[in-house]
Amino acid sequence: MYRINVLKTLTFLIFAITVSVNAANIPDEVSSAEQESPVKNLKTEIKEYIKHHLLDSYDFTLYSYTNDAGEHKYVGFPLPVILIDNGLKVFSSSKFHHGEAVAEADGQFYAVYHNKIYKTDALGTINYNEEHHATNEKPLDFSITKNVVFIILVGLFMLLIFSRMANSYNNNPMPRGVGRMLEPLILFIRNDIAIPNIGEKHYRKYMSYLLTVFFFIWIINLLGLTPLGVNVTNNIAVTLALALVTYFITTFSGNKNYWKHIFWMPGVPWPMKIILAPIELLGTVIKPFSLMIRLYANITAGHIVLMSIIGLMFIFKNWIGSPLSFGLAFALSLLELLVAALQAYIFTMLSALYFGSAVEEHDHH
Amino acid sequence: MDKLIEQFSLGLFFWQLILFVALVLLLKKFAWKPILNAVNDREEGILKALESAENARKEMQNLTADNERILKEARIERDAMLKEAREMKDSIITEAKGEAHAQATKVIEQAKATIESEKHAAIAEIKNQVAELSLEIAEKVMRSELSDKNKQIKLVEDMLKEVKL
Repeated sequence: MYRINVLKTLTFLIFAITVSVNAANIPDEVSSAEQESPVKNLKTEIKEYIKHHLLDSYDFTLYSYTNDAGEHKYVGFPLPVILIDNGLKVFSSSKFHHGEAVAEADGQFYAVYHNKIYKTDALGTINYNEEHHATNEKPLDFSITKNVVFIILVGLFMLLIFSRMANSYNNNPMPRGVGRMLEPLILFIRNDIAIPNIGEKHYRKYMSYLLTVFFFIWIINLLGLTPLGVNVTNNIAVTLALALVTYFITTFSGNKNYWKHIFWMPGVPWPMKIILAPIELLGTVIKPFSLMIRLYANITAGHIVLMSIIGLMFIFKNWIGSPLSFGLAFALSLLELLVAALQAYIFTMLSALYFGSAVEEHDHH
Repeated sequence: MDKLIEQFSLGLFFWQLILFVALVLLLKKFAWKPILNAVNDREEGILKALESAENARKEMQNLTADNERILKEARIERDAMLKEAREMKDSIITEAKGEAHAQATKVIEQAKATIESEKHAAIAEIKNQVAELSLEIAEKVMRSELSDKNKQIKLVEDMLKEVKL
């Protein structure tokens, strides 16, 4: 009961944060059309920067600056672009010159607009519709973007530390090195997440997924807090992929009892059963959908608020701005550290809860 | 929501799904299975060790109780043996004393008897010697007495005087 209350509070908080962030964005959008005072310009610039930061990118840029000659310099390296558009097209993202140039590959022209690749002509014309959205054709894009690089890096890092940890058990019953810190976490996931939610009998087959998803989300959330500028979990595509795995595991491990509760809820009169069936069926999709949105919204909200607070420093151009901005950003960073772990925990917890409901055997009604 | 759909990147979704599933499978093989097995084994080992320690403790208790009992018995036995030995010693001494006394008495008796017989023999011998000596002396005296004629006549006369007819 306590746990459900905590979850309710958390969901409410998440909702509140997202709503407030959206609300804060609306007046800016209205005023951005005017762009008269320099402060307004600065505000738009900060907003654009935040927006840009939240998006994926085709090259690995650590930071950029404008040198004395007025040139915009980028520090980083390009990544491969992989497109499927009348055949496979692979080229380096350096061809885009950080979105400033049109890339040509096998007689086709591509341009980057708002961090997306569009098909274009030799001049890089982008057509817009009335809502200022690009209407150019988009090729199927399987590029190794910055986020993909970090997913691979985190994967390799996890493989390295956990396989080393596994090897350390070969000659010693107690963990060694980094395993000393990781073992309590693994035991926590087993004893406090998997076993209570799934049950002693079935929990083993879900442990691999639960452990991987917990450490993956946690590590990648923590990386998002570093100045490397990566935000893997604030991409809806990433959280969708994670939630989809949870959904498929739940659906494929669902037993007779689980499906019976969905299509023909026992213990209620038959007209209710007919009404409940579509609701329950929808519920199976809504549950992983909420996982997807929760993780995405939390991390995105954290990044937006954190960067907005840092942006305050440039807006308040007086002595109070910097300490205030620094203090707030520091406090919020600490909170974000907690959120990084908390979101990993919640995702794992709820996944375990869904698996548990899928394999539950005896009837509670 | 519109923005979300616009932002959605199929490529990133594809890579995330592939890489994540691969990561789950690889970690399962190389990390989670060995780690969880090791942890389980260790936990079972600890449980077993605790159990055997408890058993050993109980056994130890039993053993101590046994030891105490055996010790007690041994002490009683020792006491009994000591008592018996003391009694035996006493009886042996008493017996030996009696026997020695009897033996001694017997020896003394025998010695006394021997001494007595020896004494009789010695006295008898002394008597014989004395008789012999007296005869020899008497002979010598007679010889000297009868060496001249006067004396012989006198003797015969004395003797004749003594004889009273």
